[in-house]
Amino acid sequence: MPEIRVTPLGAGQDVGRSCILVSIAGKNVMLDCGMHMGFNDDRRFPDFSYITQNGRLTDFLDCVIISHFHLDHCGALPYFSEMVGYDGPIYMTHPTQAICPILLEDYRKIAVDKKGEANFFTSQMIKDCMKKVVAVHLHQTVQVDDELEIKAYYAGHVLGAAMFQIKVGSESVVYTGDYNMTPDRHLGAAWIDKCRPNLLITESTYATTIRDSKRCRERDFLKKVHETVERGGKVLIPVFALGRAQELCILLETFWERMNLKVPIYFSTGLTEKANHYYKLFIPWTNQKIRKTFVQRNMFEFKHIKAFDRWGWGASAALTPHPVVFATPGMLHAGQSLQIFRKWAGNEKNMVIMPGYCVQGTVGHKILSGQRKLEMEGRQVLEVKMQVEYMSFSAHADAKGIMQLVGQAEPESVLLVHGEAKKMEFLKQKIEQELRVSCYMPANGETVTLPTSPSIPVGISLGLLKREMAQGLLPDAKKPRLLHGTLIMKDSNFRLVSSEQALKELGLAEHQLRFTCRVHLHDTRKEQETALRVYSHLKSILKDHCVQHLPDGSVTVESILIQAAAPSEDPGTKVLLVSWTYQDEELGSFLTSLLKKGRQLTQPPPLPSPSWTDLGLHFRTVGAVGEQTLQVPSLGTEALCHVPAQAAVSS
Amino acid sequence: SLGNRVRLHLKGKKKKERMDLLYCLSGHPTLPCNVLKFKSTTIMLDCGLDMTSTLNFLPLPLVQSPRLSNLPGWSLKDGNAFLDKELKECSGHVFVDSVPEFCLPETELIDLSTVDVILISNYHCMMALPYITEHTGFTGTVYATEPTVQIGRLLMEELVNFIERVPKAQSASLWKNKDIQRLLPSPLKDAVEVSTWRRCYTMQEVNSALSKIQLVGYSQKIELFGAVQVTPLSSGYALGSSNWIIQSHYEKVSYVSGSSLLTTHPQPMDQASLKNSDVLVLTGLTQIPTANPDGMVGEFCSNLALTVRNGGNVLVPCYPSGVIYDLLECLYQYIDSAGLSSVPLYFISPVANSSLEFSQIFAEWLCHNKQSKVYLPEPPFPHAELIQTNKLKHYPSIHGDFSNDFRQPCVVFTGHPSLRFGDVVHFMELWGKSSLNTVIFTEPDFSYLEALAPYQPLAMKCIYCPIDTRLNFIQVSKLLKEVQPLHVVCPEQYTQPPPAQSHRMDLMIDCQPPAMSYRRAEVLALPFKRRYEKIEIMPELADSLVPMEIKPGISLATVSAVLHTKDNKHLLQPPPRPAQPTSGKKRKRVSDDVPDCKVLKPLLSGSIPVEQFVQTLEKHGFSDIKVEDTAKGHIVLLQEAETLIQIEEDSTHIICDNDEMLRVRLRDLVLKFLQKF
Repeated sequence: MPEIRVTPLGAGQDVGRSCILVSIAGKNVMLDCGMHMGFNDDRRFPDFSYITQNGRLTDFLDCVIISHFHLDHCGALPYFSEMVGYDGPIYMTHPTQAICPILLEDYRKIAVDKKGEANFFTSQMIKDCMKKVVAVHLHQTVQVDDELEIKAYYAGHVLGAAMFQIKVGSESVVYTGDYNMTPDRHLGAAWIDKCRPNLLITESTYATTIRDSKRCRERDFLKKVHETVERGGKVLIPVFALGRAQELCILLETFWERMNLKVPIYFSTGLTEKANHYYKLFIPWTNQKIRKTFVQRNMFEFKHIKAFDRWGWGASAALTPHPVVFATPGMLHAGQSLQIFRKWAGNEKNMVIMPGYCVQGTVGHKILSGQRKLEMEGRQVLEVKMQVEYMSFSAHADAKGIMQLVGQAEPESVLLVHGEAKKMEFLKQKIEQELRVSCYMPANGETVTLPTSPSIPVGISLGLLKREMAQGLLPDAKKPRLLHGTLIMKDSNFRLVSSEQALKELGLAEHQLRFTCRVHLHDTRKEQETALRVYSHLKSILKDHCVQHLPDGSVTVESILIQAAAPSEDPGTKVLLVSWTYQDEELGSFLTSLLKKGRQLTQPPPLPSPSWTDLGLHFRTVGAVGEQTLQVPSLGTEALCHVPAQAAVSS
Repeated sequence: SLGNRVRLHLKGKKKKERMDLLYCLSGHPTLPCNVLKFKSTTIMLDCGLDMTSTLNFLPLPLVQSPRLSNLPGWSLKDGNAFLDKELKECSGHVFVDSVPEFCLPETELIDLSTVDVILISNYHCMMALPYITEHTGFTGTVYATEPTVQIGRLLMEELVNFIERVPKAQSASLWKNKDIQRLLPSPLKDAVEVSTWRRCYTMQEVNSALSKIQLVGYSQKIELFGAVQVTPLSSGYALGSSNWIIQSHYEKVSYVSGSSLLTTHPQPMDQASLKNSDVLVLTGLTQIPTANPDGMVGEFCSNLALTVRNGGNVLVPCYPSGVIYDLLECLYQYIDSAGLSSVPLYFISPVANSSLEFSQIFAEWLCHNKQSKVYLPEPPFPHAELIQTNKLKHYPSIHGDFSNDFRQPCVVFTGHPSLRFGDVVHFMELWGKSSLNTVIFTEPDFSYLEALAPYQPLAMKCIYCPIDTRLNFIQVSKLLKEVQPLHVVCPEQYTQPPPAQSHRMDLMIDCQPPAMSYRRAEVLALPFKRRYEKIEIMPELADSLVPMEIKPGISLATVSAVLHTKDNKHLLQPPPRPAQPTSGKKRKRVSDDVPDCKVLKPLLSGSIPVEQFVQTLEKHGFSDIKVEDTAKGHIVLLQEAETLIQIEEDSTHIICDNDEMLRVRLRDLVLKFLQKF
């Protein structure tokens, strides 16, 4: 029985370290290859030894697909390909391919330079890993090999984020990666066609949330920034360079323009400025509005937002009274954002807005959980007087969005990943009850097996198909029709042809099997007269059939031949020879029994029962399918002379 | 009538209902418009607009031109001047004084409202789209890549702007009368299809036409009505340019249009996917097969430098997208080394800014080198730097800022390459009188001599450097060898050497079997040998099949199944279980919605070894068996049962009494020795 097997190595009832193994029709695909923010030990990467203990991963995987550039989806990639060893293709979209190595390098620097980790992947490994990447276009059908094909759909989570369809023959799986079903300030909404996969693997970060309108959150955010600036405070927004940063910049930029504000907004240079360039160059991946207006105004060329460099920020920012500053990284665990935070934390007029999730142990997590006295290096204690705000701007689909996507794709089953077990449980029930689709939520290392029943594509010879269609000329063309043919299987080439053609192709002759039955009648008339009577008898009851009286005295009913003979010395007995081929067996044997019943031919036979109609229909079908020319041998002499004389008499 | 002009190339074939036909609506080989009837779909391939017709019209000057507004009217030899309002004499030629008109594809050969989809291969081949989608009852979908649509929109916008900017009251039509046209001097006399000539569309029509386009990506498989799949492939000619594969499961048509193997800015051509085509329709080859594009670029640069060094200006009539990107890139590398960095480059077009901006955002459609620049991230084209350093400036028109910034000597890129409308008309008038200036023709679509005709006599230098990167005949011949189509179909122009070089037998398509050629308003029957169709066998049915190995590696299974056909897809399902026969021969009446499902008798094959057969008979209780030899085989006599069985190589004949039990027993014994099909 064919089946689809799915095993999450990461993101099974968890967020982080996304890595899902899928086996479909004998092909093995790995979806994402992420790291876990919450761990610093072995657990930060998926356990690839699950795939194989010894031997190269290349032999066990047909391809790897990366859904987007976030590190929890691609952070383990260089480790996987260069340190564990994988040389097969890695598929991702163009923007992901462009941005991914930068984030990986950033990640490596923090791990090695800041945390001093040994045995981490190197810059060269990132480069070598990226050489194995094959970039894909949206909606392009990529043929991984002769059978396995993949196709990317827009996911709207970050620049270049994609959902992937993995397809072998008529079996398919869709993996959503992370996605967003409502367009935001810079990206469009996820979209997929009614591709009816066997399985949809979806993220479920917000499995239980129906989020309030984004507009409200945006208004809140702007209000807080504006109020702080109005009262002369400074605003720090720690962000990751790519993704939310651009959305918030666009938000502030348009607000500043509308309100005609003059307060400067700063953006830390380096990565972030570079990031804006990516957005400018990948405009086709942004939302409709930005794409339409980019010639007049590229939304990622900010008028109010200025860059400052790492070392000069003090000079420019200090000179301006109350600036708004975007700085990296987003969790305040190192770098520029932390540096600025330390300078501004002491003033209650100032504000820090955390626009995303913070991992435990980071300064961001501490202040969000209410800690106001922070121990810094050198035993310094930093007192946080500034206001601390949290605003979620994560671009994930909420419960409504997930249900909407499931509705769009119409899968046979759904499998949840990238979420918390409890929330998944809730969504699983909702999906099963409301959409009547079976739903799974395996933990890491747990395998879900789904039996599939793919139909088998074969080539049907046009002759055979047309013959069947021609029979469908019956007024009701939609009525299903019975088709008879021979399937020729040669290697993986399957062809359905008419039986005659199959015989011909194989160089075989048809073996004709014919029956001739003797029906004895009491009839004193001459053979010719007997035949004529038989003819008119049959003609009167077989109204739907072609009953003919041939010049040589024989009678035919369609292809069945009836001859009358006077075989013996008994003049009161006639023998009817009824002859038919194996293919016409039913009608033939029916006729004999009919003739047997009407032996006397004196009484008109009982009126045709409804079975006549059935038989008629059937007979037409048989005749057409057989379609051989009727080569009825002459029966009389040869057949009769071999019938032992006494046999004829005795009956 | 049109019917008479249609030559049906049915070449000895009877016209069948489902024949695949190609309707050829355009006579211009690089601006094709064909309609393919394939399976049950009607697909238009490209929508090219032949603009060479505009060469017969007077230029539309942006600034009042005393010369052009005071031309003498033309009169017949006998002095009859009834056409003098419509036709003017200029520089020794006669031109139509009217809103310029374009030559449309044939619209009467086939009912265009029956077209299901239109496939666009590149932005030059979609210029007739509004005429088709807005005025023929077309209700289908148009497919094109995103760069094709965006740049195509710019080309249309520019065209509409050029024409609408210079409103002209007069629309001449008298001269088009067949009897009058005969009397006109060449080339007007020889102008073809003048009755189909139409004025330009409006922006409203453009927007409406473009709204019918659905964006597609390279290698995207698009299903049409379940019967046909179409796929665009990179053609290497322009941003987003594509060739198309149109295929069913057993037939494949490749549509090759405007392809290039040169390494310029677009993504390279995908040749491999064109393999195994039954029919390859080949259009859009280079219009200047004798010119080498690399050499032309070199000549362009050196002539430009020469003119500017002598204090002259250079005018480059061009389209706002395409080769201009490559020229700017060459100049970017060239001007510093040639000491021309102080010479301003002006790009004047209503869509100049958009074109330059759009070129930078289509990373995914660019060649590898340019793509990797985007990954840095840097703009893929160096004209970004030319703009940043103020070496290249762009303006929507000569009016406004340009007149303030304008410095000479300079290089001006502007349209339209026909020299009949657009800002280029102004520069021709302005610079034509000085021999210091040079006009360099790079676009291959218009004969430069004809383009220049209304401006003669000219003092300015004219350089002809046509840059056409599309396939030449050597490349075509290599391509055809590589992809091996069964049949090639192409415009008739490609099956003979160009008229001006009739001895150059190398300037034509050479393939076996010879290419089938078409001309405007012809219908070709495409030579398909269709033998198979795809059908899906449902898993339950597949499970019930019993394969039998007939020869090594070949297995057979007889199939009796219910055929379902829906949305052009065929499906085989298991037959419903036969209804249990009720008493005797009476059966239930087969109701209408249940298919006739009785098991059909297969064909038989094999032969019956008499000895073994007799043994089997004995084993089954028959006695008193006698075997007689005959000429062709044997006769087995079952004396007791009064039965005889004639056995020959390919037939068996059972002759018995009307004893159904006996007959069935014998039948089953015979069948044991035979294979069923």
